[in-house]
Amino acid sequence: MCAMIEVENLTKWYGNTLAVDRATFSVEEGRIVGFLGPNGAGKSTALRILTGFLPATSGQARVNGRDVLMESLAVRSSIGYMPENVPLYPEMRVEEYLAFRAGLKDVPSPKRRAAVDRVLQRCWLKEVRRRLIGQLSKGFRQRVGLAEALVADPPVLILDEPTIGLDPTQIEETSKLIRSLGGKHTVLLSSHLLPQVEKACSHVVIIADGQIKAADSLDELKKGLAHRRQVVMELRAGDTGDGPAEVGRALGQVAGAADASTDEVGGGWLRAVVTPAADADLREGLCALVAQRGWQLREIHRLAPTLDELYARIVAGEAVTAGKEAA
Amino acid sequence: MGKVLLLTRREISAYFVSPIAYVAMALFLVIAGIFFALADFRPGAPAGMRSIFDIMMFILIFIIPIVTMRSLSEEQRSGTIETLLTAPVTDIQVVVAKFLGSWIFYLAMLAPTLIYVVLLAAFGNPEYGPVASGYLGLVLLGALYVSIGLLASSLTENQVIAAVTAFAILIVLAMLGPWIATVVPSRWWIIGVRAIVQQATVRTHYQDFSQGVVDLVHVIYFVALTAYALFLTVKVLESRRWR
Repeated sequence: MCAMIEVENLTKWYGNTLAVDRATFSVEEGRIVGFLGPNGAGKSTALRILTGFLPATSGQARVNGRDVLMESLAVRSSIGYMPENVPLYPEMRVEEYLAFRAGLKDVPSPKRRAAVDRVLQRCWLKEVRRRLIGQLSKGFRQRVGLAEALVADPPVLILDEPTIGLDPTQIEETSKLIRSLGGKHTVLLSSHLLPQVEKACSHVVIIADGQIKAADSLDELKKGLAHRRQVVMELRAGDTGDGPAEVGRALGQVAGAADASTDEVGGGWLRAVVTPAADADLREGLCALVAQRGWQLREIHRLAPTLDELYARIVAGEAVTAGKEAA
Repeated sequence: MGKVLLLTRREISAYFVSPIAYVAMALFLVIAGIFFALADFRPGAPAGMRSIFDIMMFILIFIIPIVTMRSLSEEQRSGTIETLLTAPVTDIQVVVAKFLGSWIFYLAMLAPTLIYVVLLAAFGNPEYGPVASGYLGLVLLGALYVSIGLLASSLTENQVIAAVTAFAILIVLAMLGPWIATVVPSRWWIIGVRAIVQQATVRTHYQDFSQGVVDLVHVIYFVALTAYALFLTVKVLESRRWR
């Protein structure tokens, strides 16, 4: 597989503000990659550089093997780009707009009708094809933007926050549509919400403060998490007389545990969260401790690795190593 | 070229669904009509359009900025500039198409004034030479004004600021020459400067057209200045690359 998008040491300064800091990543052909990061992390800036709207201060970016600065026109013809907030001409009709954009993107005029019909079908826009764009709801406008990106059938799609502002059903539909684009198209989509990316993408690139913090497949990142699966338990010290602090201390001293915290949940029950130091299953040891101390136990389970947690940690700049160890 | 036409067509159709364009057009035709009725279409006046051609130079200073103000500024405000400039089109194609769109709309606005010629022919016996050269002057003048309006609208995302900027540039460009001649004393060292300013002024080059004279120097003045304003507009668009 060859890399459709290659970014090397990309840096962008806005005056004295560093927006993108030596970013390096690549996206392989046919993949759907989520470009993830909090607001203001430099996502849109990086995407704008890739689409040739802004130049980088330094570094290189290639799309489809061509340099985005030196061969800008060739790069632009191979990209379908949907900017943030989906700017559209409100005075145009949906069909008319898509035909106009198809023409701009070198779709020969005999084929324009067919190309427009195809994306109208694909993005569920048939019933609004003659409506003015300015009168459409947010969800429809978003779909028009997506249809516009797809109309010339480009090998690369760059979508900046494609699902922002949509209701849950629409998000589901859009994710489904994006998933169906994989294989034939290479898709790079940005989002600050992880669950949306999780549904559509196989790989993620995480950016925070302008720096790439992780770039890997979701599965690999999940594996990286697996070795720190926390155990959650609810227990009661009963008449043994052990206070919450003592329970917490004892749990934290079980072999392999790194840390434990307890909260009272009422009725004398405590909710304890135990974090392992390494890739270890603490459940047996904890149960043995409970039995030995004569405590009552009503629940124990291991937390499934969630990407939310990983994402939060990566963005906070902490768990960069988690992903790397796994890889 | 195909893309320029495609873009131009979009520009023109955008004008014909925009209320502001109709307001500008109506305003222009009302004002021009009043001046035509008062100055040229009088009993006893020579059957010509000299006065209205001269006055148009001033009317258009106010009207054309209204026509061109949204051209590039609205694209910047709404963000459509991003989809426009990331499509496989060059900045030059975009600017040329924007220019052609506004200029063709201006010509469409000018077309109804041809009825004055019909009126003159019905009630008198006009000389058609000066009328034709006068219209040639208006076509060239419009191109210059439109290109300056376009330059102003590339500088800001606010339509009002775009219109006011264009208006300010045009009033200086059109009026500086005659004004400087009355204000500046005729010292020997300043005569050179005055001559240059006179030559740079629209009025100097426009007047001959309405009098029936087509001088190549005047044609070149309008074409060159229009091209220069468009060149600057392209540079402003490109400046996002180094800003």
